[in-house]
Amino acid sequence: MRILMFGWEFPPHNSGGLGTACFGLTRALAKRNIEVIFVLPKNIGVDASFAKIIFADEHLVKFHEVESILKPYITSGDYVHERDKFLRDIYGDTLLKEIRRYALRAREIAKKEHFDIIHAHDWLSFLAGIEAKKVSGKPLVLHMHATEFDRTGGQGVNQEVYDIERSSMELADGIIAVSNFTKQKIVEHYGIPEEKIEVVHNGIDEEDYASIPERLTELKKHGQKIVLFAGRITIQKGPEYFIRAAKRVLEYDTNVLFFVAGSGDMERQMMLEAAHLGISDHILFAGFLRGDDLNAVYRAADLFVLPSVSEPFGITPLESIVSGTPVLISKQSGVSEVLSHALKVDFWDVEDMANKILCVLEYPTLKDTLWQNSREEIKKINWDTASRKCIEYYEKIKKEVGI
Amino acid sequence: MASLCFYFQVHQPFRVKDYRVFDIGNDSEYFNDDSNRSINNKKILNKVAGKCYLPANAVLLELLNKHPDFKVSFSFSGVFLEQLEEFSPETLESFQKLVATGRVEVLEETYYHSLSFIYSPEEFRRQVELHRKKIKKLFGVTPKVFRNTELIYNNALASEVEKMGYRGIIAEGADHILGWRSPNFLYRPQGTQNIKLLLKNYRLSDDIAFRFSSKDWKDFPLTAPKFASWANQVNGNGNVINLFMDYETFGEHQWEDTGIFNFLRHLPEEIYKHPDNDFVTPSEAIARYEPVSELDVHNFVSWADVERDLSAWLSNAMQHDALQSVYKLEREVIDSGDKKLIDDWRRLQTSDHFYYMCTKWFNDGDVHKYFNPYNTPYEAFIAYMNVLQDLRLRAHKLASSN
Repeated sequence: MRILMFGWEFPPHNSGGLGTACFGLTRALAKRNIEVIFVLPKNIGVDASFAKIIFADEHLVKFHEVESILKPYITSGDYVHERDKFLRDIYGDTLLKEIRRYALRAREIAKKEHFDIIHAHDWLSFLAGIEAKKVSGKPLVLHMHATEFDRTGGQGVNQEVYDIERSSMELADGIIAVSNFTKQKIVEHYGIPEEKIEVVHNGIDEEDYASIPERLTELKKHGQKIVLFAGRITIQKGPEYFIRAAKRVLEYDTNVLFFVAGSGDMERQMMLEAAHLGISDHILFAGFLRGDDLNAVYRAADLFVLPSVSEPFGITPLESIVSGTPVLISKQSGVSEVLSHALKVDFWDVEDMANKILCVLEYPTLKDTLWQNSREEIKKINWDTASRKCIEYYEKIKKEVGI
Repeated sequence: MASLCFYFQVHQPFRVKDYRVFDIGNDSEYFNDDSNRSINNKKILNKVAGKCYLPANAVLLELLNKHPDFKVSFSFSGVFLEQLEEFSPETLESFQKLVATGRVEVLEETYYHSLSFIYSPEEFRRQVELHRKKIKKLFGVTPKVFRNTELIYNNALASEVEKMGYRGIIAEGADHILGWRSPNFLYRPQGTQNIKLLLKNYRLSDDIAFRFSSKDWKDFPLTAPKFASWANQVNGNGNVINLFMDYETFGEHQWEDTGIFNFLRHLPEEIYKHPDNDFVTPSEAIARYEPVSELDVHNFVSWADVERDLSAWLSNAMQHDALQSVYKLEREVIDSGDKKLIDDWRRLQTSDHFYYMCTKWFNDGDVHKYFNPYNTPYEAFIAYMNVLQDLRLRAHKLASSN
């Protein structure tokens, strides 16, 4: 079987879980003897050569790059800002025009290649998937890593984005959701019938985290505890709940450092909030980290917190566990469906969050038991399982459309 | 002759409420959750009373009236009896009526259904004494046979209990302690002179307690005649069939619609169809039969989980930490002489608290999950340890003011 896949840049050049997921899934599919033609935007400074190196021995994965400044999580405003950096006039005026231009280029690729299934990741590539379907007549599977409702926290949903998501899902032959949580969102907000949606949870491959450097040792020498937030600083990820919980924790224990790894449109607001609460000296904004830098922070932390308002899956808690640190996760997340050995809170329940943070810092046996059990549990949450489910789903879709 | 010996365990813990770090030093009421959650002790007690205690007691009373030789025995934890007095006096009355027939034996245990024997023999003896007083006060009888929390047992316990004057002790008839031997005889615990050991026949007990409504079981459905025919098979190669189980089997673990009450209602008449069969209490079994041999049980055995060991309460670091922490407070709490403080400390020794912290098989959603009123073992640990911090502050405060 051969898959035409519309995906995004791979780690360590990625800017979030979407790239990690595209990489993990593609590698696992190749290991199961599935050929993948991987199409991605050629971003400035980042090309697919790294990925080509990774897959050097895998003749089953072939890359196509399309010149475009599209990147995951981009918003209309970001796009215009990005575009203005370049003098070249090939890019669309607006994000939506650029997505359409990308889709037309995808169409050219689809015309030349042979494949059985089209698989597109997240809304920015959905139109490309649809063009490929039109020109090839092959079935289209859309992979929902997030909906517009997750990204906006349900406030200020962009109508055009919503329309693309909905009409694409209506046109597609099948939909993969990264969790039951996301499946429910798609049914409720987009009116897609339940039977059309298959849940495939993300995973983690522990061999990718084999040697993690030890850093921040100076900080830890003085017995200071570290509580970590890692993710985009956007409304979806709930950074303000993390800051408020920090304030509450610090009222009881001042020897704690709250580490914020990430960037995003709420970064400045969060810094001001920390200052307003008088806890700036206990909150460290480290900016966007990736690769070993991020892994080292995971490892140094005593607890990782995912306070997301709406998290379709959430790979970061799995990365934290594999790096040696237990997790506290929002109940409003897909990862909580597969992870039982985690502390869980409603994202808005700052009191409960602070209570649990304090207890992990106070009771070492809680921290140890939590981590050891979760470390055991995530062995079952891997990309091989996810790829097997995808292949079964491809077969099912092929049968349904009569190929 | 085959005698059937029923012993029902009746226990409810005082579950700890959702107690946060911020409550430490501000709130010393640990057991008064009044939400809709399963940590609301009053709510749980009333629910189980309605589904199990009251209807099962009615069936037993009916059987005692109908069959002049029918007998059963109970072990009530002190914390259970306290909750009956507080939340459901009519249920207490119905138990008292059963005991008043003279054909219902009451066994001894630790008042707080605790693991105290493992951590503090002195505290263990105090809790047994408290239990004895409570039973005397509520039922007018003095127990002669002892059973330890969750049938936790070893040679040392048997010796201790013998010294305390009991004639019999009860334990799990686990394969790994019996080997080729049968649980249907009495044994003499190694290192003792007079006390006799009764062992649970776990196959026949669990046929009722666990498998009764299991449709995957080859012997489903279990009927009274079928069970009686299995009991008859023991005739000639055993003295007594010990059927030990949680009383909540009737109506709570096996719901009424499984037919469990009808099974119980018809079992005696089926058993009596064989002229050699009868029902005995543990004391009667002890009076009637001699031990067939000595039994050596060096390591602790219990009736919990497939392992039949202590791992349900003592397998992860949190459980060890919590148990050590609570017993570390013993001296200071006892010395305070403060009645409320001592009672709260003892309520925190109830084995259920540590059972809720068990992470063994937690992700497979087995009985530990089913019997856990907290969302996760971690939340059980958090609430418990926070409460213990508050208790420690109270103890310190009293110590410094004295």
